[in-house]
Parts: sequence; C-alpha cells; structure tokens
Amino acid sequence: MTEQLLKVEGLKKYFPIKSGLFGRVNNYVKAVDDVSFSVKEGETLGIVGESGCGKSTTGRMLMRLLEPTEGTVTFDGQVLTSLSPGEMRKARRDIQMVFQDPYASLNPRHTIEKILMEPLNVHDIGDPKERKKKVHEFLEIVGLSSYHAKRYPHQFSGGQRQRIGIARALMTNPKLIIADEPVSALDVSIQAQVLNLMQDLQKELKLTYIFIAHDLGVVRHISDRVGVMYLGNMAEMADTEDLYEKPLHPYTQALLTAVPVPDPAFKREEVVIKGDVPSPANPPSGCRFHTRCPFKMDICETTVPIFAEVEKGHSVACHLYEESRPQ
Amino acid sequence: MREREKVLDVRGLQTTFFTDDGEIPAVDNVDFHVREGEVLGIVGESGCGKSVTSLSIMGLVPSPPGKITGGEILFGNQDLTKLPEKKMREIRGNDIAMIFQEPMTSLNPLFTIGNQLQEAIKVHKRDWSKKQIHSRAVEMMKMVGLPRAEDLMKNYPHQLSGGMRQRVMIAMALLCDPKVLIADEPTTALDVTIQAQILKLIKNLNQELNTAVILITHDLGVVAETCERVVVMYAGKVVEEGPVAEIFKDPQHPYTRGLLESVPDMRFKKERLYSIPGNVPKPGSINTGCRFAPRCEFAFDRCLTENPPLYQTAEAHQTRCFLFDPKEAEKHDRTIVKS
Repeated sequence: MTEQLLKVEGLKKYFPIKSGLFGRVNNYVKAVDDVSFSVKEGETLGIVGESGCGKSTTGRMLMRLLEPTEGTVTFDGQVLTSLSPGEMRKARRDIQMVFQDPYASLNPRHTIEKILMEPLNVHDIGDPKERKKKVHEFLEIVGLSSYHAKRYPHQFSGGQRQRIGIARALMTNPKLIIADEPVSALDVSIQAQVLNLMQDLQKELKLTYIFIAHDLGVVRHISDRVGVMYLGNMAEMADTEDLYEKPLHPYTQALLTAVPVPDPAFKREEVVIKGDVPSPANPPSGCRFHTRCPFKMDICETTVPIFAEVEKGHSVACHLYEESRPQ
Repeated sequence: MREREKVLDVRGLQTTFFTDDGEIPAVDNVDFHVREGEVLGIVGESGCGKSVTSLSIMGLVPSPPGKITGGEILFGNQDLTKLPEKKMREIRGNDIAMIFQEPMTSLNPLFTIGNQLQEAIKVHKRDWSKKQIHSRAVEMMKMVGLPRAEDLMKNYPHQLSGGMRQRVMIAMALLCDPKVLIADEPTTALDVTIQAQILKLIKNLNQELNTAVILITHDLGVVAETCERVVVMYAGKVVEEGPVAEIFKDPQHPYTRGLLESVPDMRFKKERLYSIPGNVPKPGSINTGCRFAPRCEFAFDRCLTENPPLYQTAEAHQTRCFLFDPKEAEKHDRTIVKS
C-alpha cells in the first residue's frame, strides 16, 4: 500500500468583491468551495475543468502561494496550512511548481544559470561549486546542454523554455511537483516531447505529480487518477481508466463528448450541454451544475450533493447516484 | 455528385515579410481552393503561415513589413491581389468575411453589440433603412443562437461571456451573406463544451446558408470533426492536401503522420507519445531542400538539397515529399519507428 503524500481537506478560497468608497465587501467569488482529495506517493493526479472552475487556485493553495480561506493541506505528515511563513518556505523545498507560460515565468534579465541557481540559494543547498555542477547536470537531464547555462530566456524556443521551467522545479529534489497547464502553450509536436520528458523524470526521480490542465486527452495520457472540477467543486474523481470509460457525473459525460477526436470516422453520442459556466460570484443553489444538466431533478435545485464514493475509488457529487452509495 | 464550383482559388501565393533580418517568406508558393459550401481546414503549428495565408486573402497583411509578392487569389473572376483598396473594402465583410481567435479583442468595448452589428451592415448596404438594418441584426443574432436578441443589442461586449462574444462575431461576419467565411482559430480561446457548441453552429450555418468556410486551426480534432478537406501547412508551405477521411486514415507526409501520432487521444491511453524531434524552424531559416528534412526520420540526401514538389498520391490527395516520387518509392521504407 503506497503512502498518502498529500491530503487536502475542505479547502476553500473566497475572493472578496469590494465596492464603494470604503471598499466594503459585499460578496465573495467562491473560487474553490470545499474541495477534498489526496495524492499517493509516486502517482500522477490530473485535475481538469473549464476556465474558472478553480483548478489553478487549488494548485496555488497547495503551495500556499495563495492563502486558503479554510481547510487543511497535509503534506508528508506536516500540516502546511498551519506553518509560519518561514517554515512554509522551507517546506517548499519538497513541493515545486511548473507554470503554464514559459514566456512569462522566466526572468528575461537573468541567465539560465542564475535562474536555476536561485532555488539552491534560497534553500541553501551546496556550495557555489556544487550548485554550478548541479545546474549543468539538470540541464542535461531535461534534454538541454550545459553550454545553454550562459544564455538568456529569449534565446530559447517555447518548448526549451518549458524544459528550463521543469529543470528549475527539480533543482531542490522535490517530492511533489504541481504542474499548472505545463503544455497548453506549446505546439502539438513540442507538447509530446515535454509530456514524454515529464514521464521519464517521474520514473527516474520517483516524483509525484499534480497535473492541472484543461486538455482531456493530455490528462488521460499522463494521469493515474483524475479529478474533474466544476465551479469550485470537485464533481468526480476516479482512476483514469474508470473515469474515461465510465464517467458518472453528467458534467464529466458532457465534457468527454465535447472533445473533438482526431478521427473523422469516429461517431459519438452527442451530449452537447447548453449555456455557459455561471459566474462563481453568484453560483446556482443546490448542485452547481443544475442549470446546464440534462438530468436535472427537483432536489438538485435545493440540496448540495455530497462528494462521496460510489464505487471503490470512484467518487462523485451527484444526486443521481445517491442510492447506489454504500451506506 | 456535381462538381461544386470553386469560390476561391489561391494559386502560388507568396507573402513575404521584409524585416531587418532579411526577407522572410511566411507563405511560400501556396496553392489551394475552396468550393461552394465546402468546409476546408488549414492546419499547422505556430509559424507555419496559416494565419498569414488568411490575412493575405482578406488583404489585411500588415504592410510594411509584409507584402504579397507573388501568385494570385481568384475570387470569381477577380484577382484579389490586384484589386485597389477601395474595391477590396467592398469585398471584405460583404463577400468574404472573417472571424478571429480572440472574441474579446475583436469587439470594441466602447460600443454596444447592436451598434457594432449595425455599423457592419451600414458600410455595405447604404440604401437600407434604419429599421431594415435593425431587424437584420436581430435576425442574425437569433440565427447564431443568442438568447434575448433584442436586449443583447443594448449590451456591451464585457457583459457577454466568451462563447456569446464569439457568436456575436459569427453573426457579424454573416450579416451580409458572404460566400466565404474565414475562421481563424475560432474556438481556441474557448472551453471545450463551448467549443463544441460553436463548431456545431459553424457547421449548421455552412449547410443552411451554403457559405464556404475556411477553418484555420492547430487542433487536429477540430479538423476531423468539422472539415471535408484539409490542407496541412509546415513552415510556409503546403505539405499535404486531401479529403479529411483519407488524411486521417492514411496520412502520407512524415510531418502529418508525426503530428497525428503525437496527439494524446482521449479515447485510449498510448504508452508513450510519438514526438517529432527538434523545433519548428524559424521562418526563413531553411532555404534549400525540404523544410521538414532536419526533423524528418526518413530524410535522405535529396531532401536536403532539392525542394520536393507536390506529388499526386490519390485522386484528390497530394503530398510534398520525395518518398512519393515514383523513382524513390522502392528505395525507402516508410514505416515510422516509434522510440
């Protein structure tokens, strides 16, 4: 039985909406509203959802780049949410992040060497000579060359920059990497290279990934387990195969049928859902998906469905499965 | 079936950007055509020249530095590259319309939706009455599936969601009943569920109004789902062209095959993705030989020195690759090696 590396319970993030002269808070954007999940050591947990569903906010809260409004994050036996800022900084040595935009996440005025050396300086790892050696070593690991160390970010292509972003995340030998849309800014042929690299690194360095993305194909490819988020809630979570072959939540079903498949001969059953995602400042009552759900019942408008297991390892928040839950 | 007439015929199009680093042929000798009521896909990665091609058709290439330096774009019996700006303006938006990727930036935030829609009609239909213009705008908004059309006319772009804005853009493009609609990455900025809605809408309108559509995208899934024929571009050149069903079943150019292999398929899990080595070349950096040769696992001497022509491999299927030269075919194995 593999250990749970990360456990998230009742995570919430409410952003205040201020208005008027004195900045009175009159409402909240409930970006993430009561999300719980756990990540096992060595696995890849994919989190998918459309824009505004709170997947990136969740990722940032795990590292406390954003302070959670409520809830706890436990990493490797340590409750991250109750650490002081100083202690948290130390804890980040084991949790690193890879960002979406390889153009914006590297300082254009620093050489690659300086960029990669930064995490070592912050966490006080090794002496200057060792640090330099490590930079060169990791450049090779992510498929670049040590002579690239003296160059600046603008001298690299998008794919290479994302490799640098990954190298930077690896510098401190972390256990967990949170990758927030790491390949969505890349072309298909480059995307495949970066995905393969991430898989190789995971095997070699025994990494655990939380992979946040909107592309369902990419998520299926890389994840062991997948969570689907909708408007700040976790709608469904299951093993990858389970989720893609037997989606339970109507939203997951709709999401899966909406993805265009690169095969003109493929005929799908259409579950095109109507309308747009409602505003998270004013989410629908009851189940948040009920405004777009094709299977809406009366109870959905009034009662929030609980997110719980229906089958082993397959959790869903939907009233349709209320009866099939083990009591 | 009766052969449908070509509405737009691009022949040997050459669009060059004159920059400090020299002349960059963003679009290099590109041929393709669109038939009446057809949906044609143009796919390629960033920098392959697909957007510059569409801007060239619309006469919207930023100039300077860009300029159409050769070829012709035949629309009916007019060559669009030779038309004076004034004439071009009559065609643009009236006969050929375009929708862009980012629905947020293509609408003016300071004017209401109704205002912007009506302006588009006013430009082309000078003799229409105010009432006529208004009802046409409302009619079009209903056609693209916007609810509460009358109310929405008074709204500003920021009050609409991304999907609704793209619907407004489509309504605006179709106001004057164009013969050709160019859609440049119309769904890239949208979520999948909204993307499905918009693609369905474009397809329905294509069938109802018999408007030819050129759909420019990087997403092979979108092409498979919406297009009849597809043009694959790489580094400013057309590398393969043919019916969608054929290209996806039997892709021929090594680039097309690599591209199809490297897409993670949502329907099943591949153990490892195939990936094309290297990067998309900087436009203008490769001048001799096949532009894909440095990344191609089948490349042989001839690929590095000679520029391959388009070879006819099936009735409507062409490929720009020496592997399909009858003289070379026997010498080379074409199976992809997956590492």
